[in-house]
Amino acid sequence: MSERLPDLRTWIAGVVFLGLAGFIGHKLPSSDTSKSAEPAIAKSDTPISGNTSENAKPPFSPPGDDEIPNNEFGDAVRLGEKIFRDTQGNAREFVGNSLQCANCHLDSGRLANAAPLWAAYVAYPAYRQKNEHVNTFEERLQGCFLYSMNGKAPALNDKVLVALESYAYFLAKGAVIGADLPGRGYPKLAKPAKLDYAHGQQVYAAKCALCHGAEGQGQSAADGSVVFPPLWGRRSFNGGAGMSSITNAAGFIKANMPFSQGNSLTDAEAWDVASYMDSQERPQDPRFSGSVAETRKLHHDSPMDMYGQTVNGVVLGQNSPAAGPPPQ
Amino acid sequence: MTFGSRGCRVARGARLRPVVLCFFVLLLSTPIHAVTAYAADGREIAANGNGRDAPACSACHGAQGEGQPDAANPRLAGLNSEYLIAQLNAFAEGGRDNEAMSPIAKALTPDERQAIAKFYAGSVTPRIKERHKADGKTIASGAALAGRGDWSKGLPGCGQCHGGAGQGVGKTFPGLAGQSAEYIMSQLKAWKDGKRTNDPLHLMTGIASKLNDDQIAAVAAYYASLPVAAAASAVPQGSKP
Repeated sequence: MSERLPDLRTWIAGVVFLGLAGFIGHKLPSSDTSKSAEPAIAKSDTPISGNTSENAKPPFSPPGDDEIPNNEFGDAVRLGEKIFRDTQGNAREFVGNSLQCANCHLDSGRLANAAPLWAAYVAYPAYRQKNEHVNTFEERLQGCFLYSMNGKAPALNDKVLVALESYAYFLAKGAVIGADLPGRGYPKLAKPAKLDYAHGQQVYAAKCALCHGAEGQGQSAADGSVVFPPLWGRRSFNGGAGMSSITNAAGFIKANMPFSQGNSLTDAEAWDVASYMDSQERPQDPRFSGSVAETRKLHHDSPMDMYGQTVNGVVLGQNSPAAGPPPQ
Repeated sequence: MTFGSRGCRVARGARLRPVVLCFFVLLLSTPIHAVTAYAADGREIAANGNGRDAPACSACHGAQGEGQPDAANPRLAGLNSEYLIAQLNAFAEGGRDNEAMSPIAKALTPDERQAIAKFYAGSVTPRIKERHKADGKTIASGAALAGRGDWSKGLPGCGQCHGGAGQGVGKTFPGLAGQSAEYIMSQLKAWKDGKRTNDPLHLMTGIASKLNDDQIAAVAAYYASLPVAAAASAVPQGSKP
């Protein structure tokens, strides 16, 4: 008896094990096939979601507003934050479109994976391929006005730049200088097998047009204040902006869009909708040499950059409105 | 081959169809259209009902759509007309589970819904003071949440979609300034409980699920405290106004 009983148990265990194995075996391939229906998506999504859950708790957390000191420096920090949140209202003379700094740097430059100011601040001075020299943080800020804001760069030591730098410095309090802090910039998604304009258009209509408008024109309240930023056209960032690179746009979109529903799109959706957005006409690159082909070669020579490429029969950049604020 | 020739036959038959279809469409649509065209007077329905099963809107929403804030009956005056139509449709067809409004909305024809929505969208009237006024601290924390959100929970500020002064944006994001606090709270809870599901992209379902009761009370109190004729530049700037 005592020798038989374990035998019986072993049998039962064996049968249960086989049953479970069969069940799992039955389940696994079916979930695989459902994934393989959308080929590019399934594989590239896995590492990214791992990334973002890591990044959901960045090791660095910027100080709150209540830590801004009550002195002259604190005044500069507060002004910097004001400019950052309402660039239209507080740095109007340097802005040539309808955007605010905080449109792309969410939570007023505090949010990880939305190009937080604290991570950028400790990464400068740095050499930039974009202009082939070592840039100070202030010069980097000038670039934001020239490209993303489609405006003109405030002079070095202009009150606006001093205030913005003070705000960034304040947010970076306690961060390690020179560190490549997790959450810096936008997440880097695994490279897509291809970019699908038509799919991007579908994603745009389904997920983006509600707020940004069917033509990417953005949306304002009845009183005229812009609530949802224009994504292309005259009132958006120009052809030299970081967001006109599909790689940057896809990372931002994946982590943060639709607003409040970050990480809900697949990588393929983020890539394709980014390429759709960046395949639209927008103000000219301020570095325009007079030739789209030459400007592409000098500044946009990447498959992830649509400038100078033919989209729907038209060379992107060929019909762009001039860079900078429209003449009064 | 067989498939191709069958396709041809269908195509040939289809040429005759538009004429027949037009005839039926005309026959069916003309009398209904004629009846509703003169019946749909938004002001009249709002004041006296539609003469069938829909009572006067004003009984609960006030003569000018000012609402009854303490009873959580929302202010309708000045809301976007397309937004209002979408809500009536949701009460009638699903998406907003509400015992009072569902039968009323069902009793309204599409033309009547449109007429009422237009009437209230065009109505200008001051907000009604609520009986229980929230304390300044609650309103201030509501203002901070409305302006900046709570990104530790992935929450944007309400004003980032509804406008910096809660003035509303387009047909999708209704004005919140001067809305009844009781009503705002009831809706945030309805989203949380799955009783309201007509929010585009389920944006509000996600937002409401991240709000705790204190935050719900605070944002509701903040928006109820705002004047309805919101100033264009009233974007909240700091967390401690």
